[in-house]
Amino acid sequence: MKRFAPYLLILPGGLWLAIFLVVPMVFMASVSTQEGDVVNGFVQTFNLSIYGDVLSQYGTQFLRSAGYGLVATVVSIVLAYPMAYWIAFRGGSRKSTYLLLVLLPFFVSFVLRTVSWKFLLADNGLLLSPLKSLGLVPADFHVLQTTVAVIGGLVYNYLPFMILPIYVALERVDPRVVEAAQDLYAARRQAFTKVVLPLSLPGVFAGVLMTFVPMTADYVNAEILGGPANTMIGNIIQSRFLVNNDYPSAAALSFALMAAMLIGIFAYARALGTENVLEAAAR
Amino acid sequence: MTETQADVEAVAPAASGPPPVPAIELDGVVKEYLAHGEVVQAVKGVTLTIAEGEFFSLLGPSGCGKTTTMRMIAGFEDPSRGTVRLHGQDVTDVPPNKRDVNMVFQSYALFPHMNVWENVAFGLRRKKVPDAEIRRRVGEMLEIVDLGGREKRRPREMSGGQQQRVALARALVNRPRALLLDEPLGALDLKLRQAMQIELKRIQREVGITFVYVTHDQSEALTMSDRIAVMNDGLVEQLASPREIYERPATAFVAGFIGTSNLISGTVDRVEDGCAVLRLGDDGRVLAEEGAHRAGDAIAVTVRPEKVMISTDEPAAGLSAVRGTVAEVVYLGLYNSYAVRLPGGTEVTVFQQNALDSTSTAERGDAVWLSWRPQHSYVIGS
Ligand SMILES: Nc1ncnc2c1ncn2[C@@H]1O[C@H](COP(=O)(O)OP(=O)(O)O)[C@@H](O)[C@H]1O
Ligand SMILES: [Mg+2]
Repeated sequence: MKRFAPYLLILPGGLWLAIFLVVPMVFMASVSTQEGDVVNGFVQTFNLSIYGDVLSQYGTQFLRSAGYGLVATVVSIVLAYPMAYWIAFRGGSRKSTYLLLVLLPFFVSFVLRTVSWKFLLADNGLLLSPLKSLGLVPADFHVLQTTVAVIGGLVYNYLPFMILPIYVALERVDPRVVEAAQDLYAARRQAFTKVVLPLSLPGVFAGVLMTFVPMTADYVNAEILGGPANTMIGNIIQSRFLVNNDYPSAAALSFALMAAMLIGIFAYARALGTENVLEAAAR
Repeated sequence: MTETQADVEAVAPAASGPPPVPAIELDGVVKEYLAHGEVVQAVKGVTLTIAEGEFFSLLGPSGCGKTTTMRMIAGFEDPSRGTVRLHGQDVTDVPPNKRDVNMVFQSYALFPHMNVWENVAFGLRRKKVPDAEIRRRVGEMLEIVDLGGREKRRPREMSGGQQQRVALARALVNRPRALLLDEPLGALDLKLRQAMQIELKRIQREVGITFVYVTHDQSEALTMSDRIAVMNDGLVEQLASPREIYERPATAFVAGFIGTSNLISGTVDRVEDGCAVLRLGDDGRVLAEEGAHRAGDAIAVTVRPEKVMISTDEPAAGLSAVRGTVAEVVYLGLYNSYAVRLPGGTEVTVFQQNALDSTSTAERGDAVWLSWRPQHSYVIGS
């Protein structure tokens, strides 16, 4: 009995993964190589050429999504790190209040949050109309339907996923270790770059994974805040699937996206292998 | 003990020339914290001088302000009042990274993302010491603390005792003018702690650096230190050599904190040949040599258990002599411990060595005489 205990323990999680991840994926993979249409039904023909077709057709959107995801991730790090740092080291007894504030947007639905941004950024909305009446920006200036609006929306919607893991990593840094660095002749800045930063990098890595992947696959922000020139791969998959009922193309795109992300993440983890980064930081 | 005394003499000012500049001087240092809207004085005014090359201990119970005092020397806390001087220089407002002292933290505070070698090299790298010299000095230091060959290990891959030595090496390799150690052996088990005490003392002799050692363990302070400052409630109660602290405690607190001590209080009956004589009961007397006391003064006297002799016959004149009843006898191998109740209700502890035969001199319930020499009575205020 004892020997089977570990297997029993992974059973619930294993079943969960099997039913909700493996089965749909096998199903998707099978759909992607089928041919036909909704009316007459789809037939499995092992048509692998569809991968080449969708990639060449939607290559631009693929690259755009990766670019948006990358920029939004970098902006998120730049915004999230100081916030997480401040809460972890200066938050005092109110840390949990600040964390709640960080999470507060999640109490409102994702779509609603994004729509409210649409109102904020509208051509004569809360933000632009005062600026325009003051003559600070030209009358035909607009933010909506631009890259900036989409990336801004992505950052806004996923920022907590960057703040939280960085906060957790910083919170775990022993203040005595920082004092030890200062005691060993490190000025405040060096104590940060040589000790605090390297010790918090695992949190940044986690934050990147938790934001880059969903941001790259996102379609709500491009849909609501962007224009025709901001279409992301998520929008294509969504419309192929729900509007055109072109299941094989949608499934092939989803699979290609997933494969690209897995390869990207793998390369990222290898290139920024924690050990190497930490060793470099020690110098 | 004799060795400790020799060390004290070695650091005493030379006969000629100006007196050497002390390594560390605290002058009326006070530290106040604001806790829940109330001002708490963690350190209430400490003035002390630590000589170059000295092994100096801050000893006292938990919460008496030892760590706070040490952190003010290191620069992690700003004194609310008073001055900190290192080698004659006022460093009260100098940040820790610009002070030529290094600290060994109680929790070691090693850098978890660096291996042993990088931990030890950290300070030298910040000081921009040339690479070749860093390699040489780190290598030498790791040899001194017996960690040669373990350079590539991460702190978490090492035992507590090894981490302790990394922390020591990381501080000492910078050749600071003084090393501050905050209960450095507190987390180790007894056997390792004793081994490390000897090791620390050896290293201190080898490198000749001033050590300021914080501990709440009186035996640790007594065996290792040249001088000890006994602290209580934010103040230094006594600052002296271990022998002096043990044999001549200045206050009732010191007497009680260091080893076992008996406290007998009474009123001076008369002064005879420079000896204050206290009456105790009908026929008891306590003679105390020191101090200028007059008849009628209320004083307290301490005497160490091992200085008291126990007998059934009345002691000779010229000794303190009090009658009592044996309340308890405990056989402790090397010696017997007696608890003797005096007429006033005070209990006196007596240690008697089991030198010749192991039969105890007195049994429970026996009426006995206790006696000791006048020079073993220490008067501690009134
Ligand atoms: N940052 C602080 N805020 C408030 N009180 C403190 C602080 N640091 C220390 N104290 C108080 O000061 C006193 C002395 O503490 P400490 O120096 O750590 O004592 P020790 O090292 O002798 O155990 C304690 O009563 C402690 O509660
Ligand atoms: Mg302490």
